[in-house]
Amino acid sequence: MRNVLAIMKRELRAYFDAPVAYIVLVAFLVVAGWMLFSQVFLIDRADVRGLFAPSPFSPSLLLVILAPAVTMRLVAEERKTGTIELLTTLPVTDTQVILGKYLAALGLLTIALLATLAYPITISFLGPLDWGPVLAGYVGLILFAAALLAIGVFCSTLTDNQIVAFIVAFILCAALYFVFWLQILLPQSLGAILEYASVSFHLDNMARGVIDTRDIVYYLSLVIAALFLSVQSLSRRHA
Amino acid sequence: MADVAGESIIEARGLRKEYGATVAVDDVSFRVARGEVVGFLGPNGAGKSTTMKMLTGYLRPTRGAAVVGGIPVAEDPLGAQRKIGYLPESAPLYDEMMVIDFLHFVGELRGVDAATRQTRLRTVCQRCGLADVLGKDIGQLSKGYRQRVGLAQALLHDPDVLILDEPTSGLDPNQIVEIRQLIRELGKDKTILLSTHILPEVQASCTRVIIIHRGSVVADDSTAALTGGAGALIQLVVASANGALDPTQVRARLAAVPGVRSVEPQPQPSEAGALAFLVRADGAGDPRADLFRAAVAGGFVLLELHREKASLEQTFRSLTKGEGLADA
Repeated sequence: MRNVLAIMKRELRAYFDAPVAYIVLVAFLVVAGWMLFSQVFLIDRADVRGLFAPSPFSPSLLLVILAPAVTMRLVAEERKTGTIELLTTLPVTDTQVILGKYLAALGLLTIALLATLAYPITISFLGPLDWGPVLAGYVGLILFAAALLAIGVFCSTLTDNQIVAFIVAFILCAALYFVFWLQILLPQSLGAILEYASVSFHLDNMARGVIDTRDIVYYLSLVIAALFLSVQSLSRRHA
Repeated sequence: MADVAGESIIEARGLRKEYGATVAVDDVSFRVARGEVVGFLGPNGAGKSTTMKMLTGYLRPTRGAAVVGGIPVAEDPLGAQRKIGYLPESAPLYDEMMVIDFLHFVGELRGVDAATRQTRLRTVCQRCGLADVLGKDIGQLSKGYRQRVGLAQALLHDPDVLILDEPTSGLDPNQIVEIRQLIRELGKDKTILLSTHILPEVQASCTRVIIIHRGSVVADDSTAALTGGAGALIQLVVASANGALDPTQVRARLAAVPGVRSVEPQPQPSEAGALAFLVRADGAGDPRADLFRAAVAGGFVLLELHREKASLEQTFRSLTKGEGLADA
């Protein structure tokens, strides 16, 4: 555990030493705010569902781009510069390496997400706001981000090219995101399976204010599967 | 095979590594005893780095086993890695980190607790001469300083075993001397395996040499034995006392001197009319006095007479012949 924390601390510092962290934070705050308020003023109600509900114009879509951007360097860069050899020949396990890096990325996006708390707080001054669904929405959004980041970490272990890591992760995340809208075009049985596989379907449930164990299990299994594959991929190193 | 007295600290048992169809390392076995400083020598691409990566647990051997400090690396990689200080080839470091932060990070992962870390850091920084750059970003450092940071990182936990992959590559001559001195000093209380393709390096710092070629060990002996084997070499430049010299005649005369095994003509020396030869002595004998007398008797003047110790270079060349650029 101490090793995981040490690696996480280093990665977080690397984010904040470079402009990455600030770009992510500012971009997310500004765009998410714009997306939210353009809807709030349209429907003229103190409702922040727009912050959580998946749609082709929502903060969650922004995460589909930001999560791969945050994770792309984590392993790929170390492969490129050769520091992965230094790191993995220290007495740390591959699992600790992956967990430390993953938690740093999750930490960064959690900070970005929690920063948007400013918006519901602002809106609560404009009209009565039901905090229950807001809480559920945040839990959903953080779980959603956690799943995308785990996929991103896995893609970063596959290559020593950050751009390739980004593109592959983005395609995977976008596919899992948009399949939610695609399923209506398919036969019902297949559609139901695809719906369950979609990251947006489960976010949609939570955005309604319902915390269902099935949704939590879905996200957590995605995280565990992606991280498990990342560890496997890292330990299959060849030089 | 040299006699390895005492307990062996590093042991390679039939290591083999394949990358797809290519065999990078094939059946490499050797032992390094406690306190030895062993040079791991070979042309570029011979498999030095691959072998070291297997010893440090970075690569898994296709076959065979590596044992460090009595711990099989494949079975307990962390246990073995705790005993090793490793400097990978070309010292890969986190460029965006400050030197001091980087060393703290490594110390933390090495399990050096905060209190000991301070004193260890001080010792190591002093030893590697890092005091002036502690607050700098690693990315801004010169090659020499990077290499020193790499060494410092390997020394932090005061390991028994140091595995250094080309510790002096890319350094200027002054820096090379500094690093060599440091290695010699470290060799007093540590077991060191260092790889290099710079031959004088091995003669300067190592007690034993392992030469690897095309993935296999081709020599494993003490530095002294490998440098003394081939017989002395003598550089000769002669000129005529009067008139021109007949090269074949001079050569025949030199070859007739007792204790001379062979005489090879060398490229033209700078002096006009002079001839240069490389004389190889037979065994350990020293034919210089006889060469001088032969010159006097033959009526020519010795401009230069200079004995070279048979160098490791010759041994190396003869063992790793046929290594064209294409193989590198």
